[in-house]
Amino acid sequence: MDANPDLFRAIGDATRRTILDELTDKDGQTLFEICGRLTMKHGLASSRQAISQHLAVLEQAGLVHTRRQGRYKFHHIDTGPLRSIVERWPINREEPNP
Amino acid sequence: MRINITSVFVDDQAKALAFYTEKLGFIKKTDVPAGDARWLTVVSPANPDGVELLLEPDGHPAAGPFKSALVADGIPFTQFAVDDVYAEVERLKGLGVEFTQEATDLGPVVTAVFDDTCGNLIQLAAMK
Repeated sequence: MDANPDLFRAIGDATRRTILDELTDKDGQTLFEICGRLTMKHGLASSRQAISQHLAVLEQAGLVHTRRQGRYKFHHIDTGPLRSIVERWPINREEPNP
Repeated sequence: MRINITSVFVDDQAKALAFYTEKLGFIKKTDVPAGDARWLTVVSPANPDGVELLLEPDGHPAAGPFKSALVADGIPFTQFAVDDVYAEVERLKGLGVEFTQEATDLGPVVTAVFDDTCGNLIQLAAMK
């Protein structure tokens, strides 16, 4: 059985992977900034509410943490849960033979 | 019909006037008593006869929840244009202004978002 099925569901969606890409580009973003990046840089026309729901899925999987700073809420990426993937299917550090 | 005034809800008109003139660089245009508040507007020095920004008291009970909900999600309700967002962010940070979004290249536009200290987030934008 999967220890963390939420993880695989979370990264199984292209929009959520793009959110993680943008948080890798710059960690610590408001909902507004994430929506702006998805719309302007990626042409994704998802509603703010839909993005909020995507963030909730990522947070459920432990890939995103939210932090309140004063009156604002920032989203941070946490790639820690991805470690369970390479631990389950270890990566051979040697380059494959051509 | 023309747009002559647009408004921001501010928690304190005197504080707002100081911020919008001393930090942002706008100029006071109209300041007349209006009941227990003031009809208080500022304009850009680049366009003193252009659109005025009304610093509107946020005393209405609906204004507070509206403002704080927008701010929590980082949403700027008001936008100002600048020639160079990166330079303006550096200038304002030097004056102690707090940003929730750094200067960000979004393709056709560069934007940043700062806190006006009166309960609002404001977007700076420069079209490329």
